[in-house]
Amino acid sequence: MLIIEGLRVQEVTLDLTIAPGEIVCLSGPSGSGKSLLLRAVADLIPHRGRISFNGEECAAMPAHLWRRRVGLLPAESQWWATTVGEHFPRPVQAELAALGFGPEVMGWQVTRCSTGERQRLAILRLLALAPAALLLDEPTASLDQESIGRVEGLIDRYRKQHRAPVLWVSHDPAQMARVADRRLQINGTGVEEVSV
Amino acid sequence: MNLIELSYLDLLLASGLIVALAAMSLLLRLRVERQLLIAALRTTVQLLLVGLVLRALFAHATLSWVGLMALVMLLIAGYEVMARQKRPFGGVWGYALGTGAMFVSSFATTVFALLLIIGNDPWYYPQYAIPLLGMMLGNTMTGVALALDRLTGFAWQQQAVIETRLALGQEWREAMRDNIRESVRIGLIPIINAMAAAGVVSLPGMMTGQILSGTAPMEAVKYQILIMFMITAGTGFAILLATWIGGRRLFDERQRLRLDRLKSA
Repeated sequence: MLIIEGLRVQEVTLDLTIAPGEIVCLSGPSGSGKSLLLRAVADLIPHRGRISFNGEECAAMPAHLWRRRVGLLPAESQWWATTVGEHFPRPVQAELAALGFGPEVMGWQVTRCSTGERQRLAILRLLALAPAALLLDEPTASLDQESIGRVEGLIDRYRKQHRAPVLWVSHDPAQMARVADRRLQINGTGVEEVSV
Repeated sequence: MNLIELSYLDLLLASGLIVALAAMSLLLRLRVERQLLIAALRTTVQLLLVGLVLRALFAHATLSWVGLMALVMLLIAGYEVMARQKRPFGGVWGYALGTGAMFVSSFATTVFALLLIIGNDPWYYPQYAIPLLGMMLGNTMTGVALALDRLTGFAWQQQAVIETRLALGQEWREAMRDNIRESVRIGLIPIINAMAAAGVVSLPGMMTGQILSGTAPMEAVKYQILIMFMITAGTGFAILLATWIGGRRLFDERQRLRLDRLKSA
């Protein structure tokens, strides 16, 4: 259970409880602070309010351990080493296949991958760390329809298998209708629930 | 072998070369004559002044006067380190980081050399202490400025990468490892190049000076090797210290990248 109490970044305040295995979609106009809220939940930027996961408070544990538990997928994937494989903490054969990659992808050079390939690989890289909760910032923004379906399926299996709460930022109403258990919309300084 | 003393007339003759160069610049409309003459004037005035200061210092060779001179040199070097960075840390950190690293490293290395290697009496005698410290600070200053400029510049450019690595659960040391390694390398390049080229491509200035003043070449060479080692060690330790503390300062207690701690360019 991910509990967010009075989280405040810039002008927006968020109170939210996400149950194990539940997907909550967050939407709002661009510049409304969706990404900032996700980054604050991952404790990457200074913020007000309290966040806890399964009874353990963010502020009470070392920051890097919190981030391993509450995994953030930034909107744009970033890479620092030469090959794809160097970014992965462990081999991930089964998941690779689920997103349409063969095992040879680990030897690919990052600079040769397309934006969409990098995006899908970034999702696999995050899941390989087995985070207990997911914060996804437009995970399918640069993907084609087939890949979007695969990613949605992968996330769906992951959250059921790990009973992971998921906070999912999306622009696409159809996607939210497919994946969301609950939907939230940023309205100015507040966040309100939208009926599914 | 004796020192042939220069008269002020000799210097005037040499300055004729600069004036001739400036005249060429004027003639060819290169527009560097002004800068050239001002720089020549500055070097003359500054060096004559420091000559007077050193003469006074040699006449009053007490620890407190030598210490005061050393302090002034350190503070000016510290300012230079800050001024040469595109995005130094804001507030007192911008000045204190480079200055502190140079203080610890240069002073420790110089005192080490004066006490244990040269063994003069008294150990702080300015004829040795001030030139040694000057060479230490001059080189350390360049190294620390290069390393810190690289460190903060990289953090600024690579913000998204660093934050992704943090988001993947890496500690700041790990997220910054490539950057710190590269900063240390860049800071050390000038002195490594100088050591590699010494004697083959260039005759180092201090050695040249000693030979000109009548020191036997092998004695001058030994001093030059000592100086090279001291400069390298001093620069290296100062860079390690500055990049470690500077890297730490880029992150807060929750290991968040805090670019707001840098001055915006």
